[in-house]
Amino acid sequence: MSEYVSDSRLERVLKAGHLGVTSECGPPRGSDPEGIKKKGLLIKDHVDAVNVTDNQTAMTRMSSLAACVHLKLLGIEPVLQMVTRDRNRVALQSDILGAASFDIPNMLCLSGDHQSFGDCAQGQNVHDLDSMQLVQTVRYMRDEGKFLGGDDIKRPPRMFVGAAANPFADPFEIRVPRLAKKIACGAEFIQTQCIYNMDKFKEWMRRAVDRGLTEKTFIMAGMTPMKSVGMAKYMKNKVPGMDVPDEIIDRLSGVEKKKQAEEGITICVEHIQELKEVPGVAGFHIMAIEWEEKVPEIVERSGLYPRPEV
Amino acid sequence: MRLKIPTNFRIIRVPCSGKVDIIHILRAFEKGADGVYVVGCMEGDCHFNEGNFRARKRVEQAAKVLDKIGIGGDRVKMYNLSSGEGPLFAQYSTEMVNLVKKMGPSPVRLARQRMAKKADAA
Amino acid sequence: MIIAEKKPIEEIIQEVEAYDRILVLGCNECVTVCEAGGKKEVEVLASVLRMNFMAQDREKTIDEQTLERQCDHEYLEEIRDVIDQYDAVISLACGVGVQFAAEKYMTTPVLPGVNTVCLGANEDRGLWTERCQACGACVLARTGGICPVSRCAKRVLNGPCGGATNGKCEISKDTDCAWQLIIDRLKALGKMEDYEKVAPVKDWSTDRAGGPRTVTREDVKI
Repeated sequence: MSEYVSDSRLERVLKAGHLGVTSECGPPRGSDPEGIKKKGLLIKDHVDAVNVTDNQTAMTRMSSLAACVHLKLLGIEPVLQMVTRDRNRVALQSDILGAASFDIPNMLCLSGDHQSFGDCAQGQNVHDLDSMQLVQTVRYMRDEGKFLGGDDIKRPPRMFVGAAANPFADPFEIRVPRLAKKIACGAEFIQTQCIYNMDKFKEWMRRAVDRGLTEKTFIMAGMTPMKSVGMAKYMKNKVPGMDVPDEIIDRLSGVEKKKQAEEGITICVEHIQELKEVPGVAGFHIMAIEWEEKVPEIVERSGLYPRPEV
Repeated sequence: MRLKIPTNFRIIRVPCSGKVDIIHILRAFEKGADGVYVVGCMEGDCHFNEGNFRARKRVEQAAKVLDKIGIGGDRVKMYNLSSGEGPLFAQYSTEMVNLVKKMGPSPVRLARQRMAKKADAA
Repeated sequence: MIIAEKKPIEEIIQEVEAYDRILVLGCNECVTVCEAGGKKEVEVLASVLRMNFMAQDREKTIDEQTLERQCDHEYLEEIRDVIDQYDAVISLACGVGVQFAAEKYMTTPVLPGVNTVCLGANEDRGLWTERCQACGACVLARTGGICPVSRCAKRVLNGPCGGATNGKCEISKDTDCAWQLIIDRLKALGKMEDYEKVAPVKDWSTDRAGGPRTVTREDVKI
């Protein structure tokens, strides 16, 4: 993995062997771009790239692509998240070209939460492609310079292509095989679901390393600091595919309410420190949900700052 | 009218060629026939209006599937004649027998023979 | 009824290549009527498979059976006693039957012998056409009894679109424009005033989009 496939800073950092750091910003529920710009600027110097979510939890928001452009114009490197729920292969390819026209250098391919979780529960879903097929599609467009239909693309997109992985969903036995499939489809980096169950994550990682998967892709561990014990309980009980061990909840309950947020950050930092030593972990994806201002602190306290020059 | 016709085929009488279904044709091949031909009335002269058209469709269906499994769709044919045309029946029979001879034995018959030999040897 | 179409024989041969004892399982319902998976089709497929493998000197057992329905426990139970005699079942039922058989017999591969196409009608001898997509919230009362969901290629609920020409759809001159049919029928019914009623944004949560659907009837449960 020596030559570069894109102009992505994230790609260069990971390929140079540094631990990569990404974070995440959700676009606003309106047309005012100031919020996302502010969020971006808050974390700009502490991360290599910023994921911009695509109508996450199926709540209608400003388009990920437009929000990416706002960040890009501020010199912040975006990771365009794209879900297959809302667009067919025509729109997906078209948006990939649109993003490439702004030289957005990273993309994360997802299927997206079901629309019944969002504000348009009565809507149709598309799923013309699934997340793996979307990975294949971008790779095909980039590497072969062709549309899915076979025609040549003038100035093909140059993008570093990623996918998500959930080490915790059921059944556990297929979590690594599924990761293998995503890599076989062409995923060059992986951002995982938020990790709280360290033992299970390490077991997953060990299996991935054993299969040689970490030779083929960069796995970035997903980290989300808990703001409160309430949030931890909600994540445990209400968010599908999330594994929050009781010890996290106990630890947060053990401190007084106004110190819980601080304790959440500390847990997050400790987890990052611990995972830095786990073979195969190539970086961290820090998703501080509506808490972006805490990302610099987490990055600094985890010893991931300053970001390397590449 | 004494006509010379080949003796190496068996006539199966049906009330109308429309009675012949694809499965009848296939079963004949499965049992080891090298060829099958269906002889119906002249098109337009069917007592039951379209019996012979149906027969032709089924012959075509059989030919298509026999081609696909390498047995040879040419081994099945449809002929039309009217009831008084004995000489034509003899001519079609000879034609069919010659065609099948030229194609050689059906792969299914050969396989059945090999199977029988193996069973004998055992 | 459910309309299905026979799978190409090459595909079926490939599917069953690895198995030595095969049951070809037909269904007496919809697939019989649309001549894709009834007793006759079972006989033909089994015969063709037998000949195919025989000619390659491969000894296989290929048996035939046709059930009253494959979408009912009661009838699928009829093969319980014999299922262990087979390495695989080719089901000529629709996708419902194939799955129901597969669910019942966990360790026997159940392979589809037909492609399930749509919910449709016997329009003519050898012609079956789609009429319904089971969207779960019927709009036919408002569209002159013609369904824009299943019969308009764009599923337009306030049509016709600009692509319609001479009553035909823009995707093919052989496809009727559903909205032309709707207009014709509204006229025949003397209800053209209905045309100008704007169809509201549709609730698709009752459709496939909302996830797998179930109907529960407490009043008929025992």
